[in-house]
Amino acid sequence: MNTEHTNAIEVTRLKKTFGDFVAVNDVSFTVHTGEIFGLLGPNGAGKTTLIRMMTTLTPPTSGAAVVAGHDVVSDADGVRNSIGVIPQALTSDPELTARENMSIHAKLYGLTSAERQKLIPSLLESVGLTEFADKLVGSFSGGMRRRLEIARGLVHSPKILFLDEPTTGLDPVSRTAVWEMINKLKEGAGLTILLTTHYMDEADRLCDRIAIVDHGLLVALDTPTKLKDSVPGTDIVEAEFDNPPADWNAALEKLDGVTSVTSQDSVVHIASTSGPLTVGELMDLAREHRVAVRRVSVQGTTLDDVFLYYTGRQLRDAASETTRRDVSHLYK
Amino acid sequence: MKFQRIFAIVERDMRKFFRSPALMMSSMIFPLMQLIVLGYAFGGKIKGIKVAVVDEDRSAASRDVRQRFDAIIAGPQTMKIAEYNSLSDAELDLRTGFVRAIVYIPVDFSRRMEQGNRPRIAFIEDNTDNFVTSELLTRMQSLVQDINQGLNPFQPGQRLTVPPPRLNPLVDLQVVELYPYIEYIKYLLAGSIAMSIFIVAMIGGGITFIDDKSRGLHEGYLVTPIKKSELILGLIFSGAFKGLMAGTTITIIGGLIAGISRLWDPVRLIYLGIVLTTTSVAMLSFMFLLMVRVSDPLVPRAIFGVLNTLLYFPSGAIYPIEGFPVWLRWISYIDPFTYAVHALKALLLKDAGFQAIYSDVLILIGFSIVLVGLSVAFFKRQI
Repeated sequence: MNTEHTNAIEVTRLKKTFGDFVAVNDVSFTVHTGEIFGLLGPNGAGKTTLIRMMTTLTPPTSGAAVVAGHDVVSDADGVRNSIGVIPQALTSDPELTARENMSIHAKLYGLTSAERQKLIPSLLESVGLTEFADKLVGSFSGGMRRRLEIARGLVHSPKILFLDEPTTGLDPVSRTAVWEMINKLKEGAGLTILLTTHYMDEADRLCDRIAIVDHGLLVALDTPTKLKDSVPGTDIVEAEFDNPPADWNAALEKLDGVTSVTSQDSVVHIASTSGPLTVGELMDLAREHRVAVRRVSVQGTTLDDVFLYYTGRQLRDAASETTRRDVSHLYK
Repeated sequence: MKFQRIFAIVERDMRKFFRSPALMMSSMIFPLMQLIVLGYAFGGKIKGIKVAVVDEDRSAASRDVRQRFDAIIAGPQTMKIAEYNSLSDAELDLRTGFVRAIVYIPVDFSRRMEQGNRPRIAFIEDNTDNFVTSELLTRMQSLVQDINQGLNPFQPGQRLTVPPPRLNPLVDLQVVELYPYIEYIKYLLAGSIAMSIFIVAMIGGGITFIDDKSRGLHEGYLVTPIKKSELILGLIFSGAFKGLMAGTTITIIGGLIAGISRLWDPVRLIYLGIVLTTTSVAMLSFMFLLMVRVSDPLVPRAIFGVLNTLLYFPSGAIYPIEGFPVWLRWISYIDPFTYAVHALKALLLKDAGFQAIYSDVLILIGFSIVLVGLSVAFFKRQI
């Protein structure tokens, strides 16, 4: 396989089915060398299945994925040697020390004793675990374990790092620490990072490009800014009203700058090219129709809005919906 | 195949093992307890069994029988004699459990002896307890042999017989025991050693493997370039090393408790090392084949007891295989315990050389090769 490629990952019409259930449906995308690429979607959207296919853990039903120039099916070892993977579950051994975890992993990649002596201390240093190097991992917090696993995933100097929901289950402080680490990695030498997340803020903060995945389908792919720009209206006015008349949403749509109005339960989301202008007009309209405004707020477009726009649902709804579905067979 | 990867898996497992002495302790406590409790419970000499003697003949000949009988039971004190006047009273006490057997000398005993007409002594036994029955029967056979060999004070040269006269009383059977008396605890030791290895295979192999799998630790290894043969061999070798340590410890502690002679003979220790190593590899391979597709941590725990019964008891560890029905013999043939127990008994009880164990060792090696091959074939490298 050639190594002169500018795309770190090329995924072509990748599909994975478990019986009748289609976990990943005809997904295609490319990840450029050196970028942080995010797969954003709720639990059960197919992110983990996608990452497992790209990391050779799960064979695709159809389609192809070329990772670091190696085909995931025909050259699985080539892929494994070129990538570092930090799975969603905490996979570091709690009964071993941080250094032992690193060392055993390094041996699995065939690193010599001299290479291990040189690399392991510097990697532990880079994730801020030097003083815990000889402590048992079982005594670590979730954030420390995750940082260790990231260091472990880098022990063989991979070209591409896969992170499956790197901050799920972590407290806010640990999350920030992991984010800082990932940003630091990006600043370093040309590492390509693919991460999955269901946190909008995480994707927004870390990723150069984001692919939104829902029900196994890739529904949108672009930079966070372009994704936000693609949503009609740049601001979202969120408001709640007491007993609005039946044609209230239609009336709101006629206000200046409003591009779309959607409502969920009693909350109305108004997409607008100018949030403050729309709020002023909205208050006038409410006064005129004697509708009491219970709450009103303005916010710039977020990835939440992007997700809502592309999938028709909010991410938290999608998450609660998928938790009701039995996806246990995905992990068999 | 890269040995560095296999050694990495072995190193990982051994580091974990030495940090948690619970596995070593549990693999030793159960077999040692079983060895001591079963060894002493079954191994002791049976003493003081109450036997009724009913002498209806009341003759010089019957008194002679009584005297010989008293002389035979005086040493080992197997029996305590209770005199009864009537057979019916003795039978009542036999049925109610006050006595375990009746020695009945019928009224025509001396008359038949004088006539040379097959004088008979009846031995009526409570055969619900095989151990007691066989012990009593041994004593009774000694009595009859003694009477037959002794000179008859009334008719010199004539010999007595008791039914069933299967052997010609003129033929003497000389018993030559090849080895010193083997107490039951020594007999059990081989099984206890094999069991300690089995427990390591079960806990240190099966349960730990499935627990690590369900905790997601294996996923961390499966994303590396490790081959499935390397992973399985690493896990089997580390498990076998733990099994060897447990087996060696039980051989020494159990050997000292059971009183195995010349335990420190270096040549025998080398042979023991060979048997323990091949047994450990075979047990671990067996366990991995069973667990290769299991992911539920409850499964190895649930089948622990079943496997123990299915492998330990048919192995000949506590009862000879020759006494098994055909279907149970077939289980014993495919049970690695059987070959381990046979080889260990040969070494510990008979102090035999390599020629006594090489077929067991070869079978265990062949067994391991087949099982490792099947484990590698069935192991799923992917999730």
